[in-house]
Amino acid sequence: MQKLKVLSLPYLVWMFIFILVPIIMVAFFAFTNNEGALTMENISDVGQYANIFIRSIWLAIIATAICLVLSYPLAYILSRIDKHKQSTMLMIVMLPMWMNFLLRTYAWMTLLGNNGIINNLLELIGIGPLKLINTSGAVVLGMVYNYLPFMILPLYSVMEKIDKSVIEAANDLGCNSFKVLFKVIVPLSLPGIVSGITMVFVPAISTFIISRMLGGGSNLLIGDLIEMQFLGNAYNPHLGAAISLVLMAIILVIMTVMNQFSPDDQVLI
Amino acid sequence: MENIVSLKNLVVEFEDGERILKNISLDIKDKEFVTFLGPSGCGKTTTLRIIGGFLEPTSGDVYFDGKRINGVPPHKRNVNTVFQRYALFPHLNVYENIAFGLRIKKLSDKEIVRRVGEMLELVNLRGFEKRSVNRLSGGQQQRVAIARALVNHPKVLLLDEPLGALDLKLRKEMQTELRKIQQALELTFVYVTHDQEEALTMSDTVVVMNNGIIQQIGSPINIYNEPVNAFVADFIGESNIINGCMPEDCVVEFTGKRFKCVDKGFNPNETVDVVIRPEDVKVVPADKAKLTGIVESVVFKGVHYEIIVDGVDHKWIIHSTKAEPVGAMIGMDFDPFDIHIMKKTEE
Ligand SMILES: Nc1ncnc2c1ncn2[C@@H]1O[C@H](COP(=O)(O)OP(=O)(O)OP(=O)(O)O)[C@@H](O)[C@H]1O
Ligand SMILES: [Mg+2]
Repeated sequence: MQKLKVLSLPYLVWMFIFILVPIIMVAFFAFTNNEGALTMENISDVGQYANIFIRSIWLAIIATAICLVLSYPLAYILSRIDKHKQSTMLMIVMLPMWMNFLLRTYAWMTLLGNNGIINNLLELIGIGPLKLINTSGAVVLGMVYNYLPFMILPLYSVMEKIDKSVIEAANDLGCNSFKVLFKVIVPLSLPGIVSGITMVFVPAISTFIISRMLGGGSNLLIGDLIEMQFLGNAYNPHLGAAISLVLMAIILVIMTVMNQFSPDDQVLI
Repeated sequence: MENIVSLKNLVVEFEDGERILKNISLDIKDKEFVTFLGPSGCGKTTTLRIIGGFLEPTSGDVYFDGKRINGVPPHKRNVNTVFQRYALFPHLNVYENIAFGLRIKKLSDKEIVRRVGEMLELVNLRGFEKRSVNRLSGGQQQRVAIARALVNHPKVLLLDEPLGALDLKLRKEMQTELRKIQQALELTFVYVTHDQEEALTMSDTVVVMNNGIIQQIGSPINIYNEPVNAFVADFIGESNIINGCMPEDCVVEFTGKRFKCVDKGFNPNETVDVVIRPEDVKVVPADKAKLTGIVESVVFKGVHYEIIVDGVDHKWIIHSTKAEPVGAMIGMDFDPFDIHIMKKTEE
């Protein structure tokens, strides 16, 4: 035991310097003004941006839901095919991740643009050009495209552990494929669903690059708002810190609710 | 009695072209307790999986109640399985695991409570209802697996080594219990084991398999007393198997000596397997015996001593209630009807 404590010391120091201290600093900024006096003003000012909060949460929910619907069957199929085929397929799924995030999003900018490939094609077949870029749809698309692997991987890793014989046992006891899905596979993959949702929802709700590049000026998200407070014309780190703090609280609440669905021995946060 | 399950010329080949089952044919009667007995890897589980619907034979037919059921999915067969590796649902507790099949069939809550309770009683797991199956011992898991299949009262229950993880005492108890249930509920049991004693004590019919081939089908007494070949004889009870030949009817020659026996109908001087059970070897004074040997080891086995005797061409295994001193020279003799003559199997 004593030895373990000594070994964990560097990690504790690390956590203190790079996790605890920054959080304290954010909280400090959020509750003070320029003169360094304690104030609640920053927090109450966040209320003005309720619409941006709602939009961010809404778009992140939609993107997460789409990711889940797309990933679930894929992860299941992936987990049931031959072991040696699985690794190849997984690599294909991961391939887009090897390309830089900015580059991937830029690519969508040109694809969706008013003179982009998609609109040119649509024009050819007589429906278009449509307004694709600078819409909330484009933002959701960007989120789904970028964060899809974060959903597939945790789902795949729990499903891969589901023993084939458990599925056979369910068949044996009278389940058709549909019932097997809802009585066995979904309950057993619940931890993967919860962690997949977490891993997509958290980056999606706080992104600012995707909304900036694909959403135009009319689809401002929380991430953009925070960035503006620190790097933009609106420079106000106190308000920025307050917004971050509220965002953190929102994520915490949502994750706590999510964890209620996870079995006791597999809590994620 | 009607045949409830019939297997006709089943052949199973896996992708690598290896033949796992080679032409298996078998009729299982309604309410019968049939046991597949054979060494590891001989195809017992494979045969069971075909009856359960989890594996399609490469060729051959499966009949259930007179109807051909090739291609019918498992959930549409009136058959339940106790899987060799339990395959319990890890997300459900003991109670819900057992209730699973009944819930799928949408039985009333009252009926479910009653039948699951009955099963819990039977497998001795009262008080474990709420326990997660991940926190059970191997033997407890095995009993949940038995209860989960049995609670559905299927016409045919397939049991794949269902008592393998239990200790001797519990195994004996469960053997008796299972046999009682099978008779009380009038179910057909298809049971797999590689424990010959279990097969002999529980079954109506024993099917001895080796290498994907049925060696013999018969009642336990029939299998024990009249094994058709050396493999069955050896598998059913450790035996002395010696090469011999039949110079004439009722005379067999082995280890250079001639003995009286009761078998006839072999070709003159046909080579045969001579099978003599360890308990049928009589120890006699060395100077009065045709066969002699040196006692190599003596092991106490509870009811009897197992004596290994080094004869000229053969190490004899003898079960006797009397120990012999190691290193002593002893004589061996046999009654004519204890010498079993078997045709050589071509392989
Ligand atoms: N899916 C498969 N692919 C290839 N070979 C298989 C497959 N399943 C089983 N086998 C082979 O088929 C043979 C028979 O297997 P089976 O499981 O029926 O044996 P068993 O008699 O039940 O043995 P045990 O007593 O060890 O359970 C074995 O040699 C096994 O390696
Ligand atoms: Mg087996």
